[in-house]
Amino acid sequence: MDFTLDSEQIALRDAVRGLLGKAYDSSETRRQVTKTDPGWDEKTWQRLAEMGALGLPFAEEDGGFGAGPVEVSIVAEEIGRVIAPEPYVEAVVLAGGLVAAAGTAEQRAEIIGALAEGTLVPAFAHTEPAARYSEKPTVTAAASGDGWTLTGVKEPVLGGARADLLIVSAAVEGGTGLFLVKPDADGLTRTSYATFDGGRAAHIAFASTPATPLGEPGADQSAAIASVIAAAQIAYGHEALGAMATALETTTAYLKTRKQFGVPLMTFQALTFRAADMYVSLELARSTVTWATLVLLDGAAAEDVIEAASRAKLQVSKAGRHIGQEAIQLHGGIGMTAEYSVGHYTSRLTAIDHLLGDGRHHLSALSTSLDDHGVVEPLP
Amino acid sequence: MKLQLSEEDAAFREEMRTFFTTQIPQDIRDTVTARRELSKDQIVRSMQAMNAAGIAVPNWPVEWGGKDWTPLQRHIWHEEMQLAGVMPPLAFNASMVGPVIAAFGSQELKERFLPKTANLDIWWSQGFSEPDAGSDLASLRTTAVREGDEYVVNGQKTWTTLGQYGDWIFTLVRTDPTVKKQAGISFLLIDMTSPGLTVRPIELIDGGHEVNEVFFDNVRVPVENLVGEENKGWDYAKFLLGNERVGVAPVGSTKRTLAQAKEYAKTAGAGGTSLLDDPLLAAQIAELENDLLALELTALRVVANSADGKPHPASSVLKLQGTVLQQAVTELWVDIAGPNALATGAGEGSDVPELARTATPNYLNYRKASIYGGSNEVQRQIIAGTILGLRG
Repeated sequence: MDFTLDSEQIALRDAVRGLLGKAYDSSETRRQVTKTDPGWDEKTWQRLAEMGALGLPFAEEDGGFGAGPVEVSIVAEEIGRVIAPEPYVEAVVLAGGLVAAAGTAEQRAEIIGALAEGTLVPAFAHTEPAARYSEKPTVTAAASGDGWTLTGVKEPVLGGARADLLIVSAAVEGGTGLFLVKPDADGLTRTSYATFDGGRAAHIAFASTPATPLGEPGADQSAAIASVIAAAQIAYGHEALGAMATALETTTAYLKTRKQFGVPLMTFQALTFRAADMYVSLELARSTVTWATLVLLDGAAAEDVIEAASRAKLQVSKAGRHIGQEAIQLHGGIGMTAEYSVGHYTSRLTAIDHLLGDGRHHLSALSTSLDDHGVVEPLP
Repeated sequence: MKLQLSEEDAAFREEMRTFFTTQIPQDIRDTVTARRELSKDQIVRSMQAMNAAGIAVPNWPVEWGGKDWTPLQRHIWHEEMQLAGVMPPLAFNASMVGPVIAAFGSQELKERFLPKTANLDIWWSQGFSEPDAGSDLASLRTTAVREGDEYVVNGQKTWTTLGQYGDWIFTLVRTDPTVKKQAGISFLLIDMTSPGLTVRPIELIDGGHEVNEVFFDNVRVPVENLVGEENKGWDYAKFLLGNERVGVAPVGSTKRTLAQAKEYAKTAGAGGTSLLDDPLLAAQIAELENDLLALELTALRVVANSADGKPHPASSVLKLQGTVLQQAVTELWVDIAGPNALATGAGEGSDVPELARTATPNYLNYRKASIYGGSNEVQRQIIAGTILGLRG
């Protein structure tokens, strides 16, 4: 058992931290980037590609670098530390992960190679307005002649308007299928809008839109979707850890320097105790999220990875709300302003909470499986 | 990074699990899992069974019966004993006075005390706290004045846990009142049968008697009972309080108690129905399980990565969150017991199950956990000051 990074992983972390620290040297830089479409910086994305960050989790024969979930978690955490708006989890872990899990050899080589090079940014169109976190889409797929068509609405689709390729979940006979749709396909309309955390989402409507099955035509891909979503939940956990760490550091620095009543804020025990509790939340979340990554790395059974991801997401939800709310409160009024950073961190943590299942959703799921075990055993 | 235990550690875990589930007398484990109070005899037999197997005092120097275990192995040892319903070796002996004598005592003191301490032939009590020196321990006032070959001790100690069983008491006493308060303290071992020493029980809100006051009225103590040097007692006390990071969060026993509560809840509803069908209760249990998992993983992070001897920063989370969850589970027990929780005075003829009858005394008793060993407010102070650098 080992919870520490090796020297290569530390080198990766330092390289990504250096790149992103330069790209987002202040919250003002980030604000400028998120003000204009697509809401992130193409140059930074390209640099991440050149560094190899976008191809990390994929097999070398598909055009990736054959690394694993720990390396992905390192990049995600650095993304979170500066709340970089680049769609790392969305494009690499989710969309890329689905192609790797369900695609044919040909599809994998074509899409993953381009994704790793930064020339193709895919998005996973899965969420539907009335579906909450349901795995069962209402968008339908129909076989027509020697092709397929999709009908229905996906919204909100993160990065949906900028995406070069959409991976769409749709109901097929006997389950949920996955389809590749080109943005310029017939009968497809997409409308982009801003999300509260500075990101972009889209309303995407399909009207008998031509689509190519990802993997075997008509096959139920529910299991692949569930596994990839679990991996993305864990990666989001690391993004949140990075954001929470910065929110706590920023708050701690503020308590040391900001004076009220003629003394630094840290003179007031009521405030320092609240900061101590933020630290406790962060470390407990870090333990659970890191563990979930190790369960994934360990090649555990799909249901064990899914449960570990749920547990991590629940802990991240609690910690993210706690740390985000306290970061603002301990700053006072300045924490409410768009010019200052902590509010943006709280926004992003709120977004992450509600991506792929919030704390309440995961707690509810875990509540139904109490009978399956006596104690929860973390080690295999 | 790696999730799996090494082959060696996995084998070690198996060895510990087998030992604790087969070699500790069943009546003792039954008493622990029934959440009843252990008798002195049971505590002694339990520790002696471990000592006979050579695993009662693994944190001591090897020369005196310790094991050269890694922090992870000590963690596994501690977790497995709690999961099996085995009481850890008496802390006063195994984690407190033993390591101090081994580290700072004279050869004569070591030979005289360590074997008997490891085997619980001597039952030690702790004489640190005083009525005006709780978390602010350095304010203690009990004095030891040297007269020839003896110290004459006067004063009062309090919160002396299980002092009614004590043969000897290790104390912090003031030997120099003229210097700054931390500098004039010594670490003295006192025979509890000495003339002038009296023990008075303190009754607590759970109805039990586990703590005491100890009064010293001109108690004469031979100078050879001084540990280390005169006026250096504060250093030894800090060593004592700081050297036992493993096991500071009672994860294993809290996990076991929560699993027990869950099992009990399955038939605790009206007419024997399952309370787990109550979504609010199910969610409370699921959340506690997740919080305990986070705590256990934090403990594992700390023990797996503390090889260089420096304490892992996250270790300060363990006592704080460990007691929060320990208390939360005792509270859950009372909620599950519901009105049956009132039947605390009922005897064997009662129709109320024993685990429901003991729920409230346990809940009340464990309010102590966030107070002793440095209150949770002291823990927050440590996190804010030493980790976050917030020094008012």
